[in-house]
Amino acid sequence: MSEYIVEVAALSKQYPSGHQALKHVDLRIRKGEILALLGPNGAGKTTLISIICGLVNPGSGSVQVAGFDVIKDYRQSRQRIGLVPQELVVSMFETVWNSVVFSRGMFGKGRDDAYLQSVLQSLSLWEKRDSKVMELSGGMKRRLLIAKALAHEPEVLFLDEPTAGVDVELRREMWRLVGQLRQKGVTIILTTHYIEEAEEIADRIGIISRGEVLLVEEKQQLMARLGQKQLMLQLQQPLPEVPESLAAFQLDLSEDGLMLTYTYDGGSDHNHVTEMLGAIERARLELKDVHTKQRSLEQIFVSLLEEA
Amino acid sequence: MNWYAVKAIYLSELARTWRTPLQSIASPVLSTSLYFIVFGAAIGSAMVSIDGVSYGAFIIPGLIMLTVLTESTSNSSFGIYMPKWSGSIYEVLSAPVSAVEIVLGYVGAAATKSMVLGGIILLTARFFVDYSILHPFWMLLFLLLTCITFSLLGFIIGLLADGFEKLQVVPLMIVTPLAFLGGTFYSISMLPEFWQKVTLFNPVVYLVSGFRWSFYGVSDVNVGVSLAMILLFMFSFLLMIWWIFKTGYKVKV
Repeated sequence: MSEYIVEVAALSKQYPSGHQALKHVDLRIRKGEILALLGPNGAGKTTLISIICGLVNPGSGSVQVAGFDVIKDYRQSRQRIGLVPQELVVSMFETVWNSVVFSRGMFGKGRDDAYLQSVLQSLSLWEKRDSKVMELSGGMKRRLLIAKALAHEPEVLFLDEPTAGVDVELRREMWRLVGQLRQKGVTIILTTHYIEEAEEIADRIGIISRGEVLLVEEKQQLMARLGQKQLMLQLQQPLPEVPESLAAFQLDLSEDGLMLTYTYDGGSDHNHVTEMLGAIERARLELKDVHTKQRSLEQIFVSLLEEA
Repeated sequence: MNWYAVKAIYLSELARTWRTPLQSIASPVLSTSLYFIVFGAAIGSAMVSIDGVSYGAFIIPGLIMLTVLTESTSNSSFGIYMPKWSGSIYEVLSAPVSAVEIVLGYVGAAATKSMVLGGIILLTARFFVDYSILHPFWMLLFLLLTCITFSLLGFIIGLLADGFEKLQVVPLMIVTPLAFLGGTFYSISMLPEFWQKVTLFNPVVYLVSGFRWSFYGVSDVNVGVSLAMILLFMFSFLLMIWWIFKTGYKVKV
């Protein structure tokens, strides 16, 4: 059994308008993980999700869900997927209860009122089961979309911008729910352009831009990069090169020879700032100024996008 | 086959009909009853009988067809167009269902509603006009095939339409005129010879003629030809739906 529940290989998509939405995308999603796909608007996040879920035809490449091809074995692949779309698209005249019953049936499952009740209760919608969808607040409608996506007990849940335009309280509630689903073994893929959201709940973070996946990395590793700090030492006199006595600290010397930069892990208790400063003193280098700089995930994200 | 999905779509579509009983049931029954009153009971008594059938009774099959054709088309087109318009179609397109199951659900529900409507109109007609049904089995078969065929047409319109106005174009500007000119109120043998030939290009002629034959045993065209024409339309529409889903035209990009 593969450890991956979703495997995307060399996936490309060009719309009839000529827009190249995806370019040779490779992505493997592990069972039970929460993967956040970060990217600016128009990056290709929704197209990627739409192809996996069967809403958009792929151009070239392949997509498998639990080992089933999304085109050839679409029944097996789709019944494992739940999708929460970005927009509040739900039949407004249905009752909440009929809406989730409809969703369960669509995905080939027989009635299980006890399960649907538990889903609605977990999303605080049970009391509203007889209300028409049009009578619900925006937050409730969004929760209903999640309930509909969960109605057939999917193994993989796609959340397309789940917290776009929702208030802070609801956003926290969503994150809590996502955590609960992960505990039940559901694999969750969410697209977002809120970096804070990715930091809060994801196990891995993928960055996508202009149809290309720029990186997919463990959040902890990215957080280590987030914690990376730089100590900038401005010198009174320019240096032709980094002195031999400071070689162990792997300092970078600026082109004009007036700035030494020491990069270290700000999150770690075991850096060598004190030793390095002691070595600077012993080398009799005169400092004009000292300051530190921290790279945030956002800066990493922005710089990656600029490089792309 | 994902029968759960067929059932889900079917019941959801029927529930939509029962949510709007005035618009879905009462309105078409009322407007058809007005025809019975005006053309059947009032004017009909002053008209000569056609092929030995009183004018009031003669128009019953045609009026049922008129209502069933327009209601099947508009109900089915609305059923699939609404989720397209609202965006909730994503659930149908991402579900493990084939085109066959989608069509069975939507067209089955629209055809059921039209059958029920046809039955109610038939019963209502009894209050105004005396009529008989010579071939009840054939009557039900013609009605069923017509309901299915025009629900298929409506489904195609709903899939292809990109605005509410376009939804109405075919039922109001094509189906209704064809039904009026297809022998609903008259036998085509009453027309001048030239127009009798032109009328044969109107597909509704074959539906009305066959349906009327099942009531009174009289028809403008051979009943076998009527049946063949209905089946031809049905398979043509099925073929078109198959092509739409196969290519994803106006459904998927």
